[in-house]
Amino acid sequence: MKTQSLLDRQSIVVLALLAAAAILVPVLNGIMAPGSALHLSDHLVPLLGKYICFALLALSVDLIWGFCGILSLGHGAFFALGGYAMGMYLMRQIGPRGVYADPILPDFMVFLNWKELPWFWYGFDWFPFAALMVLLAPGALAFVFGWFAFRSRVTGVYFSIITQAMTFALMLAFFRNDMGFGGNNGLTDFKDVVGFPLQAGATRLVLFVLSVLALAGGYLLCRWVISSKFGKVLVAVRDAESRTRFLGYRVEHYKLAVFTLSAMLAGVAGALYVPQVGIINPSEFAPANSIEVVIWVAVGGRGTLAGAILGALVVNAGKTWFTGALPEFWLFALGGLFVFVTLFMPRGILGSAQDLWERSRQRFRTNRPAEALSPAAE
Amino acid sequence: MNAPVTPSLLYLDNVTVSFDGFRALNALSLAVDHAEMRAIIGPNGAGKTTMMDVITGKTRPNEGTALFEGTYDLTALDEAAIAELGIGRKFQTPTVFDMHSVEDNLLLALKEERGPIATLFSRRTREERERIDALLERVRLTAHRHRKAGELSHGQKQWLEIGMLLAQEPKLLLIDEPAAGMTDQETADTADLLRDIARTKAVIVVEHDMTFVRDLGVKVTCLHEGSVLAEGSLDAVSSNERVVEVYLGR
Amino acid sequence: MFCLRHLLRAVVLLVGFTATAVAGPYEDALPKFSAGSYSETDEAIGAVASSGHPMAQAVIEALQDGRLLAGNGQVFIRDPSGGLVNAATGQAFGAAPADLKPVRVNNRVRRAIEAALGGLTLLSPNAGTRMEAARAVFRSRDEAALPNLDKAVGQEGDAGVKQALQEARAAILLTKADASAEDRLSAVSTLRARGDQDALALLSNLSADSPPALVAAAQQAADAVRSRLEFWSAVQNVWYGISLGSVLLLAAIGLAITFGTMGVINMAHGEMVMLGAYTTFVVQELIRTYSPGLFGASLFIALPLAFLVAGAVGILIERSVIRFLYGRPLETLLATWGLSLILQQGVRTIFGPTNREVGTPAWMSGAWEIGALSLTYNRIVIVVFAFSVFAVLLLVLRYTSLGLFVRAVTQNRRMAGSMGIRTSRIDALAFGLGSGVAGIAGVALSQIDNVSPNLGQGYIIDSFMVVVFGGVGNLWGTLVGAMTLGVANKLLEPYAGAVLGKIVLLIAIILFIQRRPRGLFALKGRAVEA
Repeated sequence: MKTQSLLDRQSIVVLALLAAAAILVPVLNGIMAPGSALHLSDHLVPLLGKYICFALLALSVDLIWGFCGILSLGHGAFFALGGYAMGMYLMRQIGPRGVYADPILPDFMVFLNWKELPWFWYGFDWFPFAALMVLLAPGALAFVFGWFAFRSRVTGVYFSIITQAMTFALMLAFFRNDMGFGGNNGLTDFKDVVGFPLQAGATRLVLFVLSVLALAGGYLLCRWVISSKFGKVLVAVRDAESRTRFLGYRVEHYKLAVFTLSAMLAGVAGALYVPQVGIINPSEFAPANSIEVVIWVAVGGRGTLAGAILGALVVNAGKTWFTGALPEFWLFALGGLFVFVTLFMPRGILGSAQDLWERSRQRFRTNRPAEALSPAAE
Repeated sequence: MNAPVTPSLLYLDNVTVSFDGFRALNALSLAVDHAEMRAIIGPNGAGKTTMMDVITGKTRPNEGTALFEGTYDLTALDEAAIAELGIGRKFQTPTVFDMHSVEDNLLLALKEERGPIATLFSRRTREERERIDALLERVRLTAHRHRKAGELSHGQKQWLEIGMLLAQEPKLLLIDEPAAGMTDQETADTADLLRDIARTKAVIVVEHDMTFVRDLGVKVTCLHEGSVLAEGSLDAVSSNERVVEVYLGR
Repeated sequence: MFCLRHLLRAVVLLVGFTATAVAGPYEDALPKFSAGSYSETDEAIGAVASSGHPMAQAVIEALQDGRLLAGNGQVFIRDPSGGLVNAATGQAFGAAPADLKPVRVNNRVRRAIEAALGGLTLLSPNAGTRMEAARAVFRSRDEAALPNLDKAVGQEGDAGVKQALQEARAAILLTKADASAEDRLSAVSTLRARGDQDALALLSNLSADSPPALVAAAQQAADAVRSRLEFWSAVQNVWYGISLGSVLLLAAIGLAITFGTMGVINMAHGEMVMLGAYTTFVVQELIRTYSPGLFGASLFIALPLAFLVAGAVGILIERSVIRFLYGRPLETLLATWGLSLILQQGVRTIFGPTNREVGTPAWMSGAWEIGALSLTYNRIVIVVFAFSVFAVLLLVLRYTSLGLFVRAVTQNRRMAGSMGIRTSRIDALAFGLGSGVAGIAGVALSQIDNVSPNLGQGYIIDSFMVVVFGGVGNLWGTLVGAMTLGVANKLLEPYAGAVLGKIVLLIAIILFIQRRPRGLFALKGRAVEA
């Protein structure tokens, strides 16, 4: 993989496609008359927006798994935390329009007979604070968790398993009513965001465009990180951790930095996801969700960034189709995908395409088969 | 006990490491001077790799002293800190970053700021390029600078790793079986390279290949069951009866 | 009239009754039943019960069943066949007086009846009945039962019943203000010896205006009982913990083999457990259809079948997927997760998404009482079973050639290979063994958990925690890990609640792994470093 320049050909293609999406979706939905063949129906806008958020989440997983070899099976937790931070803001925005019309307390707190707002809900009525928490809540959790884990050199599958335990523990915690996050119903019945009604088509289009911009920004950020010397160190850690250590790099600092950054990206994805789907509940913490993200990355191509985006879009589009047309077969298809990709396409769609391209080019140049590329080890 | 400051660059005294009752190192003592090259020989399980692990901070000894430059306590520092002090290590099997180009392998090894923030914002300088050019020249990999390290031959990987060690600008190099898997010519070249390096830096070479050790022509330490069995010139050591018995064979 | 009565009395004596011949309290009390007032009935019950008359029990039982008829000062018992017996004489009575009515009872009377019967059946020839009666008196603390109680204690032969009788007596005496101080003090010590929740309630509710010495003694005894109860509740929590621990052990032990030997993270391990549970279901369905008499043995039939089914699926998975992924643990993790989804959906398609009913054989129902504990048989069976599986597996690994090879491969794969051990075959067999054991676990878990396609999901994270906590490649570690987690979980529950306790434990394990990344019983040495 080439990590030399910030804007290589792949990046330009990715950014161009994202720009096209950001322009086409509003045009097709907002300007084309309903009923015209080119009209994009209203319910598809938040669906596409959801895919884009998933793509950003996949990107964050690829950053650590593809480039640093850290397989997190708990990234759904960071996504959900970002989502909850946004959800708390949206709850406060409801104000007295809730069922119980309490000016301060969200409905579920009135229902639980709470008298005042818990301290950790303070400030969430102010958007900049909520936006900050979208980054800080997942970032802080990742920092603390990573600090403990990386310092004591928990690696490989052990790390994967404890991240899974982490998200499982959080799921159990958020299911509890007395945690103050709405228990198993989660946060929902949102009305508007920074003054714009969430049900309005225009708001949804703006949210979609914002998601695309966030994805593009996230992509550029990851691109910048991995094309720096920092990124080279990450790859070095992935391929030969103890060598990197003996060269004098504090591997745990690098892992901690990239893990925290990745968690924040996941948090942003979650924050954009919540207003578009209209709900956040503890099932977002389910371990199965986090593993599913990993398979998006694997399908698209681990360690390629663009592949993560592609994988998230392809698998989720497939999921939408399957659950509509053949609901019983979705789990067969998803399970089969896990097996197929790991066995036959370890480099994913994009990685395999790259291999094919390079091989044919080398054959063309030297008329000699290229040495098989050894797949990246742990 | 000795005074904490010794004139030696590396000073090990009474170092003991045990795994589940098995003593990998048993009261090992060793001193290496500045710009000295030392060959370590000994049968399998003599504790050679464990000794390297202790020096580089990978293994903590159960007891004993390990001092660098007479002041730094190696038993209290981690790998990264020890590497920054100026101790470089080459592994038994060549370990380079397969997916990086040869050039990037050396870039990562260059003696520079190692922190995440420094590397995130670092930009390639002309000076770096010149240092890398010189290193490539020295380990004869100039022609391969853009190839992926994973595509190099075994011998080239060994040399790349030595190049990475040099890029660290260490004061002490620990080199584990550099001649393993090399052709005779490569072995001879490697001996030349090491002798050249040892003019300015201390080098510890662990090797089984007696011809190679003879080529180096340096003081030899023979380890056995975790402690020093004999020390001196190769001829003196190889005529030592105990050494013959446990290692060289009659 | 008088004459007749004496005559009848003599007849009664002749048939073997031991009552006194003079008109006693019994005879005096009987007419009160015909008064038609509840309070007189109540009084009559007390008097009859304490009379010691041989007919007393029959009378009160009849009253309870509405078979006691009264009229004109005379009282009759209607026996089940419809015949009438004169309550005063015990003689069958051919023609009943015309105006007989059943004696009415209300709740107060019913309570009096129960208390009285408790006192009366104390003298029953049946030990079980006496025991019941003693317990009833203990609960009612009816002073009227005291004379019978004294008598019963005196003649009781059965030690257990005697103790119950004494406890009942103590319960009465403790609160009986006019009992002697000595009796009341000895009542305190009897209750203290009984030492359960009821005794504690009696002791701590003793009114404060009782003699100070007694209050002090009761106080002391209550404290002793309280600490005894705390001890037993701790024992109970430990037992629940061991019970949970053996469930974890069953679920995790197969994983310890696959993870330990091959370093393979089998995320489909939980589904092997599920397959075992469904095998049990199928076996029971077939037995119900074709030979219901075998139902008691259904679990024994299911065990080998579950082992074979899960083991075969395991070997199939190993041969078709996992063997291509050795040395790539993260990929194995993903692929086996995919397999787990397929297996779940497969079972859901075949058996439906809802819970399936797996029956418990008769010999596994019931409970065993020990101290203040009640241990259900199915839990005991599972604990014993888990330890047996553990022991068998330990023996298999230690004394069979398969075990030897598996250990060799665990410790040094390459060396084992170069010694001529066909490592790939060992991998397949070890994987089959681990999966088969998971299947066996499924048979046991089908007894205490819902058999649904999601059965396995509930165990996978816990099993991994156990294996990782205990240390990879060491069955003892798995045992200690499972028991520690099980007991810790149950000890935390009373303080933190089930969910919070689990969260606390997960966090503790996460922190523990960071202190000892290789678990409690880690393999050490060079092989591990590679």
